[in-house]
Amino acid sequence: MTSISSASPGLAGNDPSNRLFGPLPDVSADAGYVEEHPARVGFFTDTSVCIGCKACEVACKEWNTLPMDDSHGVRDAMGMSGMSYDNTGMLGANSWRHVAFVEQTRTVDLPMPTFGRPGDDRQGSGPSPMTPGDGVSLADAQQSSVLNAEALSEFDPQTGQSGADKQIRWLMSSDVCKHCTHAGCLDVCPTGALFRTEFGTVVVQGDICNGCGYCVPACPYGVIDQRKDDGRVFKCTMCYDRLTDGLQPACATACPTQSIQFGDLDELQARADARLATLKGQGVETARLYGRDENDGVGGAGAFFLLLDEPEVYGLPPDPVVTTRDVPAMWKAAAQGAALIIGVAVSAVLGSRKR
Amino acid sequence: MTRVKTWLESWPVYRQLTGSDPLGRGTAARSKATEAVVSRTATADRVVKSVCPYCAVGCAQNVYVKDEQIVQIEGDPDSPINRGRLCPKGSASKQLVTSPSRTTTVKYRRPFGTEWEDLELDTAMEMIADRVLEARRKGWQDEDAGYRVNRTMGIASLGGATLDNEENYLMKKLYSALGAIQIENQARI
Amino acid sequence: MPGLGASFGRGGATNFLEDLSNADCIVIEGSNMAECHPVGFQWVMEAKARGAKIIHIDPRFTRTSAVADLHVPLRIGTDIAFLGGLIRYVLDNDLYFRDYVVAYTNAAALVGEDFVDVEDLDGLFSGYDAENRMYDEDSWAYEPANPPESSADDPAEAAEQEQLDDAPAVRESDQAQAAGSGGPPIPSKPKRDETLQHPRSVFQVLKRHFARYTPEMVSEVCGIEPAVFEQVAKWVTSNSGRERTTAWVYSVGWTQHSVGAQYIRTASILQTLLGNIGRPGGGILALRGHASIQGSTDVPTLFNLLPGYLPMPHAMQHSTLDEYCADAAGKAGFWGNKRDYMVSLLKAWFGDAAQPENDFGFDWLPKINGDHSSYRTIADMIEGKVSGYFLVGENPTVGHPNGRMNRFGLANLDWLVVRDLQMIESATFWKEGPELETGEMSPDTIGTEVFFMPAATHVEKDGTFTQTQRLLQWRHKAVEPPNDARSDLWFFFHLGRILRERLKDSTDPRDQALLRMTWDYPLHGETRDPDADAVLREINGTGPDGQPLSSYMQMKDDGSTSGGCWIYTGVYADGVNQAARRKPGSEQGTVASEWGWAWPLNRRMLYNRASADPDGKPWSERKKYVWWDEAAGEWTGVDVPDFEKNKRPDYVPPEGARAQDALAGDDPFVMQGDGKAWLYAPAGLVDGPLPTHYEPVESVVENAFYGTQASPTVERIDGPWNRENPSRSEVFPFQVTTYRLTEHHTAGAMSRTLPYLSELQPEFFVEVSPELAALRGLTHNDYATLVSARSAIEAKVLVTERVRPIKLRDGRVVHQIGMPYHWSYGGLSTGDSANDLLGIALDANTHIQEDKVSTADIVPGRRPRGPELLEFVEAYRRRAGVASGRVGVNGRDPVEASAGEGSTQ
Repeated sequence: MTSISSASPGLAGNDPSNRLFGPLPDVSADAGYVEEHPARVGFFTDTSVCIGCKACEVACKEWNTLPMDDSHGVRDAMGMSGMSYDNTGMLGANSWRHVAFVEQTRTVDLPMPTFGRPGDDRQGSGPSPMTPGDGVSLADAQQSSVLNAEALSEFDPQTGQSGADKQIRWLMSSDVCKHCTHAGCLDVCPTGALFRTEFGTVVVQGDICNGCGYCVPACPYGVIDQRKDDGRVFKCTMCYDRLTDGLQPACATACPTQSIQFGDLDELQARADARLATLKGQGVETARLYGRDENDGVGGAGAFFLLLDEPEVYGLPPDPVVTTRDVPAMWKAAAQGAALIIGVAVSAVLGSRKR
Repeated sequence: MTRVKTWLESWPVYRQLTGSDPLGRGTAARSKATEAVVSRTATADRVVKSVCPYCAVGCAQNVYVKDEQIVQIEGDPDSPINRGRLCPKGSASKQLVTSPSRTTTVKYRRPFGTEWEDLELDTAMEMIADRVLEARRKGWQDEDAGYRVNRTMGIASLGGATLDNEENYLMKKLYSALGAIQIENQARI
Repeated sequence: MPGLGASFGRGGATNFLEDLSNADCIVIEGSNMAECHPVGFQWVMEAKARGAKIIHIDPRFTRTSAVADLHVPLRIGTDIAFLGGLIRYVLDNDLYFRDYVVAYTNAAALVGEDFVDVEDLDGLFSGYDAENRMYDEDSWAYEPANPPESSADDPAEAAEQEQLDDAPAVRESDQAQAAGSGGPPIPSKPKRDETLQHPRSVFQVLKRHFARYTPEMVSEVCGIEPAVFEQVAKWVTSNSGRERTTAWVYSVGWTQHSVGAQYIRTASILQTLLGNIGRPGGGILALRGHASIQGSTDVPTLFNLLPGYLPMPHAMQHSTLDEYCADAAGKAGFWGNKRDYMVSLLKAWFGDAAQPENDFGFDWLPKINGDHSSYRTIADMIEGKVSGYFLVGENPTVGHPNGRMNRFGLANLDWLVVRDLQMIESATFWKEGPELETGEMSPDTIGTEVFFMPAATHVEKDGTFTQTQRLLQWRHKAVEPPNDARSDLWFFFHLGRILRERLKDSTDPRDQALLRMTWDYPLHGETRDPDADAVLREINGTGPDGQPLSSYMQMKDDGSTSGGCWIYTGVYADGVNQAARRKPGSEQGTVASEWGWAWPLNRRMLYNRASADPDGKPWSERKKYVWWDEAAGEWTGVDVPDFEKNKRPDYVPPEGARAQDALAGDDPFVMQGDGKAWLYAPAGLVDGPLPTHYEPVESVVENAFYGTQASPTVERIDGPWNRENPSRSEVFPFQVTTYRLTEHHTAGAMSRTLPYLSELQPEFFVEVSPELAALRGLTHNDYATLVSARSAIEAKVLVTERVRPIKLRDGRVVHQIGMPYHWSYGGLSTGDSANDLLGIALDANTHIQEDKVSTADIVPGRRPRGPELLEFVEAYRRRAGVASGRVGVNGRDPVEASAGEGSTQ
């Protein structure tokens, strides 16, 4: 009988090769794809060219035959959310792509600034007072509008000078599973339903998942979600089936403006760095990459973004950390017990099989 | 024993403990379904070239057919116009075919009726022909205000602009031959 | 498309989508391209990535504005003022492309002495007939190059003059769309002043006409800051000329106005002055809203057109084929061959029965003698004048303005055939229409017999769409339609077959057209589906040898050729379905001439002769496209030249030349009678030779330019079911505009029924500013009721700063409400129908309704239900001084109805 390996870092109680935290150059090899395997792939979502058409949402649902959305949390019936043009609300078991819409406005002090390249005419921060209308106070009306007032303080329009007196930004961003280098969902999955593919992506196997739901709180982004009438969890697979046939994921295939770009991760990273430099050069100082840094809390994401404002503005956590970062220490204590349980399980199953 | 070994190797924990994936997060966890995965575009019987029916950009589509059913519609990357891309409507266009509320049989509402009734297609065609001839006769004008017009005012038509050129052509030809002139299209709107 | 047709000679987009990536500046105005044409918008983003300026001019800040460099939030319905301001800016600052303007436009032509401009008549042109609300266009004509008496020397011209003199006055609008391919006919070539200094030269007329369109005036009328206007002017002019080009993009945000054709004219004048027509990265791109809107006018199902923009014969002008062709005899330009095109069409329709002896069957065609357009027809239905109606993929009770009036029309038919994929509202009005709840109709009063005939989807039939850039693309059938579903080709072929069988023994003259027409197409499969390919061959046409024609230049007027739509000739060149060509774009240049087939003759950019200077050399290396190759003796370039291939640039027409031979080597606008782009339109438009700012029919603002408030030629359809909100009424104090969302499609039959689209925009909503919300006490994401003289509807409220109040100079604030129009009671995503709020007032050129701007009131909360709704709206009418909108049963006249069947009164 083959001898049992003792190389598991979890069992050893330390993580010298960054298997649970920190940069990891080859996630696929770490997951056992030791022989030749494809380069790690990912999404680079450049929100500065997103037109909010939601083709990604539909193409995803179409390919993956997802049910209609019920993940709003507040209600199951269809209805307007009131969050600008976003009626999907959040990523969920039935929505593996979600386009956020953020409306921001700022009154510009007249006289007009001179025009130049986009962004050159940035004004001092802070909203200017506006003339209240009759009756109900304007403040009340603004409270109930979709305006994101917080964002006004740090306003750096890439575009959207509207008239001479107002700057409006309508940020749109297509969110998706990040396919983390260190994926909490995958680390906590007790059944092996979640796995790392040869492409470096993280996928749920519907034929294995038993709906235990451990992965749901383990995701630092709140991506993975249980389907109510089914019990199992679902999330973006980066169209694993399409990848095996050499196709691109459905969302990236459809995206009209190439806001969603699919490709080898290192190539996408280089492209994103160049795009960021271009925008910075145009004076768009609030442009930033999100999920690009391999030293971040998830070891860098397979799906990363170019944002035009703070991540929170888009509903993204500012500093996500893989929930299993401290597992090695915990494992050390639990290792013996776990080994015992596995041993019992193996002999029990083998025993029952022999009968 | 070989059988047991094969069976054992299909068990993730066994693979995890013996293979290159000690944490059981990759190769060791792959299920039977995962090993068998294949995209439905790859298994389609044929790919048919089409064009999106929504707006007028004219995005080319690849239509994948399996067992005489549409299994997928996506952008045709060869098109110089859309370069394989589609908007949400184009991406949803398979549901035009498969929509659960699509009505695919003839429905008939008799005058002053309160419910739909079923009707054979052939019967409906004959009934419509009867009514066309009668309406044409009723609205016929040889002259109007002293000028020869050779037409009927009894039949009108309004087409959508998702009609094919060939369909519009046959419609205009037939209506003109019938003498019907109130022939209009969404293009007016 | 008389706006483009009268300016350039053809009613089609001058450029193509991919060419936008060559632009140095793109102005999107009257279009929300990112939302309504998202995939085409990739070419705008491509241009932007290359450094082009993107300007979006629109009352609302939309998803297009979000990625533009500048958004200009002008007041709804003021585009002519804005564009007129740009024209004045260009003229005053000598920023026009002088060489281009002198050579390729009618700037040097002299206008006759009788013409009087709106400046002198307080908003009216000379020739206005107040009683009939129409113009006599005679005084708008050019001063002829030759004195009129000399024309008698030319027999053809003399004969024609006689015809025109004899013909009774016919409202031009019933023929205006004839300018779809071929400019409107003009009696003779004008006298010219190449210095452009003559006070009656078009150039000087233009200068005077737009003199009052100052930046200050633009600012006041449009409600924008002068600095914004200045910025647009600078970007546009600095990106036009020899080295650079600016593209203009519009859509129904322009056409759906009472002066829609003139909106397009204004842009045409501006783009012509800037030298942007016929050149890469320039042009005017008309974005069509449906898969084959362009095709539906090219091969029209329109009352006033035959295929290829040949006019429908008019009872008062065209009793014979000779009369029909008279206006083209002796004419310069390709329209001079009208008789070839018409005879070939008659041969295609009537085959061997069309012979010279019987005028090729011309007399079999029905004749028009007025407005028989769709809205007029609805009114006729209510009056009981129409028996039967076919709706073929159209849902007018939701998609047309004034849904209630449309439903009344349907309720007064004998029978209705609805062909669609889904059980649309226009099929279920008798069962579920809102008027059942108000008590205005009920199933037991509605005698309309309804046939719902299920249709085939786009993947269940072969055929071509013609998309926005005149490109025909063939679709191959993927699967058979289910159950009783059939293509429209199947339906109309077999209906025709049955009718012909019924009448086969008839000798009645009125049945002869039906019996003599060619109706033999190969049938396929169990359902006997007609062969669309054979129909396309017939459209293309054949020569004496029975082989497909490759060009309309081969057509003859002797009956030896046939062709169902002359502008489509060539789509079957060499016996090959050219529309089915799919050579990958990656294996071709940007023009991609081997993908599909574009009319005319596969030319992708129209008037591209103008991309070269009069000598045939490119204006600049950067913008070279088509040029004269002296060695080869032909025009060449990256596209098919939109010009006779071997006509030298220095060609001068000999005396007496006709048709294309009468056009010189530097006349790029080959469909125009003078070969020039028209800055001034001496004919072709019913509401004036130059665009003029009028307020919309329903406006809350006084016209700042003239005493004439709204267009004097606007068409109205009067009745209790189509009341108009008075202008500047305090009862209807807010402006409303309607539009589409990316997530839905027009009247919703193709989107509200699809799960994935319905959930993305699940409810009917209106967009209002925080200021208006404050003013009226509207709550975000709660209901509000909108009221007009037509009806009242309820919608969820989306309070957003993307919609903004317009402050006028006198301190008044104009509040604007945005209203997407996709909803009704059917489908998965439901709501009231925006179009129920709107009335019908029409552009007299096009008979297109003004639904991009109207007025209404808005109040918090849901609308009244049942009969209370009628009283609620009636009270508004009373307060506004509008006549009653009460109707009898099924919308009929109350008195008549009280005596009619099923009346409860």
